Amino acid sequence: MTAMDVLKKTGFYALVGVILLVSIFPFYYAIITSLKTGTGLFEVNYLPKSFDLSNYITVLSQQTFPRNILNSVFIATTTVVLALFLAVTAAYALARVPFRGRGLLLMTILAVSMFPQIAVLAGLFELVRFIGIFNTPWAMILSYTIFTLPFTVWVLTTFMRDLPVEIEEAAIVDGATPWVIISKVFLPLLWPALVTTGLLAFIGAWNEFLFALTFTSSETTRTVPVAIALLSGASQYETPWGAIMAASVLVTVPLIVLVLIFQRKIVAGLTAGGVKG
Amino acid sequence: MSQALTNATAAPAASRRERSLDDQRRRAAFWFLAPMLLMLFCVAAWPLLRSIYFSFTDTTLTDLYGGKWVGFDNYLSYRQLSSGKVIWRGTLVDPTWWNAVWNTVRFALISVSLETVFGLIVALVLNAQFVGRGFVRAAILIPWAIPTIVSAKMWGWMLNDQFGIINDMLLKLGLISEKIAWTANLDTAMAAVILVDVWKTTPFMALLCLAGLQMIPRDIYEAAKVDGIHPVKVFFRVTLPLVRPALMVAVIFRILDALRMFDLVYVLTPNSSATKTMSILSRENLIEFNKFAYGSAQSTLLFAIIAIFVAAYIWLGKVDLSGEKNQ
Repeated sequence: MTAMDVLKKTGFYALVGVILLVSIFPFYYAIITSLKTGTGLFEVNYLPKSFDLSNYITVLSQQTFPRNILNSVFIATTTVVLALFLAVTAAYALARVPFRGRGLLLMTILAVSMFPQIAVLAGLFELVRFIGIFNTPWAMILSYTIFTLPFTVWVLTTFMRDLPVEIEEAAIVDGATPWVIISKVFLPLLWPALVTTGLLAFIGAWNEFLFALTFTSSETTRTVPVAIALLSGASQYETPWGAIMAASVLVTVPLIVLVLIFQRKIVAGLTAGGVKG
Repeated sequence: MSQALTNATAAPAASRRERSLDDQRRRAAFWFLAPMLLMLFCVAAWPLLRSIYFSFTDTTLTDLYGGKWVGFDNYLSYRQLSSGKVIWRGTLVDPTWWNAVWNTVRFALISVSLETVFGLIVALVLNAQFVGRGFVRAAILIPWAIPTIVSAKMWGWMLNDQFGIINDMLLKLGLISEKIAWTANLDTAMAAVILVDVWKTTPFMALLCLAGLQMIPRDIYEAAKVDGIHPVKVFFRVTLPLVRPALMVAVIFRILDALRMFDLVYVLTPNSSATKTMSILSRENLIEFNKFAYGSAQSTLLFAIIAIFVAAYIWLGKVDLSGEKNQ
């Protein structure tokens, strides 16, 4: 190895180190902040100094925050189930049945997912008020389909397109109806894709902010992101950083665990629509 | 498969049966698509049309159905005073609107450019073979997995003027001489927003680039190595042109996402005129200032801008978003 090679190698690993540090440090800092209380919060420490769970106890013993977590879980789960149910059948039609205008329809669905959500806010606000679901979880479940549904349809269509035609032909020859083909032939093969899209849609619904902020008006109906954004201290001028960080860590750790477990599938799902072109 | 083929050719009425099968499939396809299309109509098309309609009325938040048709007044109108002076009104002559347009465009261009460059660098690193590669790839998913609101709060704390760790680091390194109020200061608020956005979305860019990189056959690089071509030249002449299609799709998605930026700015730099985006301004008018129709006009303009951008892109045929061409 020449000196040049050593230099190159050191430079490369230094770059890897920087990438690692930048990715992990902010969340690490949030964790050590959440374990500090009182005046300890206001001194900068690079290494964990205290281990005090009182911020977590404060957040969880509050009336509203556990409720907010339940709201988010209910909303995100229902949104995902609804989107997957509607998307599986639609994706079969889009991937397997040739009909006129299919390409245009796919493009329209993709266009909906690129919509600026603010463009439908006024109309959705009216709709939500009109049906009488303002300030209930159903307002979010309804409005979140605007981004979860196009996304799930899109990814499931690309997955289904890649399944071998022979399986379906054999089923058709055996006289299976389209519904049987979907439920008995495709669904078992689609499980990995369903897990991936479901997880991505869940993350999207869990993190959504604009609709959740606009369609809720009381503390108990808020979702987690809104609750964290609007978490306030005893007085207007005092931001409860310790409690905010504790709440943030609480709602982020499950997500990170899920993402790390399913990382390969998630990467496949993210790139499914993108790299094919 | 082979049995299916013999069956199909053996039957004399095969073509007729096939046609009726096709019809059956097409009918079923319609019923399979109908619920999804109905749902999308209810949550996307109808609200969009209503928003556009509201922008031509004087509807207020407190009286959603009491609005009258006012034409283009929310966009642009003028009135001549008795003195002969003409007064223009509407969003299109509203300086706060143009400030928001400028903020949004500036934010989108700078942050997406930085994300593309950093995303490519991270992807190139991950594409190399080294010890701990899997670990690094898992680690870069963390910023992506953290909810935007949480990352805004986390960085808001790190960028805090008095107790923030960023100021502490920069002071210790001697890069700044006094503490900076990153998020409150008008000169630095945009930089803070861009920093957090780049941190959060570079992983997405990197993963898409990596997927593109991994489709490049390795022998191309070996051939270049044998010919003794400089790695930098290989990057610009071979790697970049080959990942370009994947990269362009990622860039489009990111630009569209950046143009509708709302949550990060809302939490990180509330009420700062230096970072107020079109979405923030529009919602402020819609919900908080009781100028429902005026806010609708602004949201309609944002929609128009994005629609024109997407249409131009698809029309120019630069990207094959549907993936149908290689079918």
